[in-house]
Amino acid sequence: MSDFTMPSLGADMDSGTIVEWLVKPGDHVQRGAPMAVVDTDKAAVEIETFQSGVVGDLLVEPGQRVDVGTPLATMLAAGEAPSAAPVSVGKAKRPRARRVPPPREAAAPVPPAVPREAEVAAAAPPAPSPPLRHHAAELGVDLASVTGTGTHGRITRRDVDAAAHRPRVSPYARRLAEELGVDLAAVTGTGTSGTVRAEDVRAAAHARPEVPPVSTEAPRSDRATIAALMSRSKREIPHYYVATTVDMHTVVSWLRDTNRDRSVAERIVPAAALLRAVALAARRMPQLNGFWVDGVFVPGEDVHVGVAISVRRGALVAPALRHAADLELPVLMQALRDLVGRARSGRLTRAELADPTLTVTDLGDQGVEEVFGVIQPPQVALVGIGRLVERPWAVDGRLGVRPLVRLSQSGDHRATDGYTGARFLATIDDLLQHPEAL
Amino acid sequence: MTMTPDQARSLVSKQIRFIVPDADLDGLPPDADLRRTLELDSLDFLEFVERLSKDAGVRIDEDDYPSLATMESCQAFLAARTAASD
Amino acid sequence: MSTTLVETTYREAMREAMREAMQRDERVFLMGEDVGAYGGCFAVSLGLLEEFGPERIRDTPLSESAFVGAGIGAAIAGMRPIVEIMTVNFSLLALDQIINNAATLSHMSGGQVSVPVVIRMTTGAGRQLAAQHSHSLEGWYGHIPGIKLLAPATVEDARGMLWPALQDPDPVLIFEHGTLYPMPGSLAPDAAPVDISRAAVRRPGKDVTLLTYGGSLPKVMAAAEELATTGIEPEVVDLRVLRPLDDETIVGSVRRTHRAVIVDEGWRTGSLAAEITTRLVEQCFFDLDGPVQRVCSAEVPMPYAKHLEEAALPQVATIVAAARQVVSG
Repeated sequence: MSDFTMPSLGADMDSGTIVEWLVKPGDHVQRGAPMAVVDTDKAAVEIETFQSGVVGDLLVEPGQRVDVGTPLATMLAAGEAPSAAPVSVGKAKRPRARRVPPPREAAAPVPPAVPREAEVAAAAPPAPSPPLRHHAAELGVDLASVTGTGTHGRITRRDVDAAAHRPRVSPYARRLAEELGVDLAAVTGTGTSGTVRAEDVRAAAHARPEVPPVSTEAPRSDRATIAALMSRSKREIPHYYVATTVDMHTVVSWLRDTNRDRSVAERIVPAAALLRAVALAARRMPQLNGFWVDGVFVPGEDVHVGVAISVRRGALVAPALRHAADLELPVLMQALRDLVGRARSGRLTRAELADPTLTVTDLGDQGVEEVFGVIQPPQVALVGIGRLVERPWAVDGRLGVRPLVRLSQSGDHRATDGYTGARFLATIDDLLQHPEAL
Repeated sequence: MTMTPDQARSLVSKQIRFIVPDADLDGLPPDADLRRTLELDSLDFLEFVERLSKDAGVRIDEDDYPSLATMESCQAFLAARTAASD
Repeated sequence: MSTTLVETTYREAMREAMREAMQRDERVFLMGEDVGAYGGCFAVSLGLLEEFGPERIRDTPLSESAFVGAGIGAAIAGMRPIVEIMTVNFSLLALDQIINNAATLSHMSGGQVSVPVVIRMTTGAGRQLAAQHSHSLEGWYGHIPGIKLLAPATVEDARGMLWPALQDPDPVLIFEHGTLYPMPGSLAPDAAPVDISRAAVRRPGKDVTLLTYGGSLPKVMAAAEELATTGIEPEVVDLRVLRPLDDETIVGSVRRTHRAVIVDEGWRTGSLAAEITTRLVEQCFFDLDGPVQRVCSAEVPMPYAKHLEEAALPQVATIVAAARQVVSG
């Protein structure tokens, strides 16, 4: 098995810092399981393993900054013993011909071997039997970390089970912990058998060590990164800009009607409808959905719409709403809420940060009517959405008032031109006039 | 049971704190526009409504959103909504 | 409209409800064992025979299957009968009529036939009537589609549930807990009919929801008082309608308190309490701060000896203990 190494999480990432390990030696992990949280100057991201197996040794401490490609942990195939595993037992007796489960067979010869071992290695506790090692491996327990309570300090099955035991958490407490950002592993439960209850989570939340004071300025490294990216974009990408005004009357009325029958949790906001329209339009016009790399346009493998999200503390991230063109509007709405929530609590996945094929920046809630954004290289397009305003409008040849929104598109003139941009905006407009098809 | 203004204020503040943990609610004027002052975008506001609706045990429709513009109007809204179930 | 309240009892309120129904609607009549000359086994219909005559207050032979069947027939034919089965224990002899006829005929006839019968039954234990006469079978009946079940637990509900039940085109079963008949209460002389679709929060609270119905309500309210003196504020929900259950009120309450205790005089296995627990798990699992507690009768045929019967039934002390367990356990 190959080592687990620091992955590259973006075009401009050279190194990262492990913030926290999510696994420990001996843990069994499946492909795709989160291994650690890494800080990349832009955001805290969970990194996953590409291999299923057992975590071996952790090679990098939290707080250490390492280059992309540096081994972070060794990985073992399932069944391999971690390097810290205890000495193997002496020769096991040959199993009898009878069809009895092997563990019971092998257990028999251990006691006679123990006294001899104990004589030789004077103070060392007797090694755990193979069946016990198998049991420990199954539970993901590292035997090196277990204190034995049996004779001569031998590790017993009960010791292994106790080490594997995770405290129980009530469903409400678990949900509360997630909402308040409390790490359940650090909470002491005061319910029966140490069950963690809601008030334990609240107590832990209040007792948290002082979080660094929240400043309105982004940390220097975040701003420096953004500055570098924006400068590069303006330096390298010849931007063109097109804009249009979209009559949102149909969308807004349709949403109002749909939302009447929906619980609050399921309500859809106009921003979601706009994102959906952008995604569908991007699918129809693939020349705007991809990357400019080494002088050529490389189309994205699917439409992953980057959503510019302001993270509290002044920083900005634009993770992808993946496969946005395949998500029905109610599903997209929930995915959007989930994405924004995780962006703000620093729990984005690597795929979400690396994958956007074009980006949308919606500053409508900030009050500006129009925004001409800076394209995020290597993407070739950025859509800007302004505030939804009621304005006079020509309706059926007479003066009326309609909710309008100003849509703009910044385009990489190497990849496309204003004509394409204009068609793109017209497509989005058209999609928004038929919200039931979104 | 009709909610008192204090109960309403405390309930509203609780939901806001989930979304903006460092919000200064003690210094918030009762007629200040919540969305603008606390910089709540449309998703933040939706989460606020969702939590408020669940915690207060009252139904909140989109048509009610204008009634949730300020702390003052929230208190009046919650009092009216909880009185109806007496 | 008079505003002076009248002191009355649950029993008298039910009698008044029947009197009003028969005055307002000539299709309404009462039939059952000993309801006429004897004035009703529990004196609920005392005086009604003298007032309304033998055509409208009909003593029936001692055969539940026969007279419940007759009541169903009368309802099909356009009358609005109130069939009184002396106790839920004897309703077992009319199960076929209730479950296979009353509950089904509207569906089986594609709506051509409707069965607007109201069946009133005394239910529950606590009066030393022993194993065969102490059942609480509300949970059993709650399993059957095609009927509605009401459990008035207050004087107001005893007075107000009958009229809307009679107006319902489908069969309605009303369960009156035997210990509630002498319960005192005050009512307006022209008390209005009450809603028969919602549960009621009898005592608002925030630390734990105590859900109950019928004869257990007074015990639950007393337990709530006791808990409040120790700093636990329970919310008491009176189910009132046992089928269909008012999920919105039930789940809404537990969503707010995060803890639930269900007090149900039936046996816990396959009970109404079990059904409500499942609904809570289905609808607000992620709001529960601890397992749902059930306080039900001990799983034995109801004993005759007073101290054993008391030990077998939910009591204030066991309700308080269950609430404490889920709040602090």
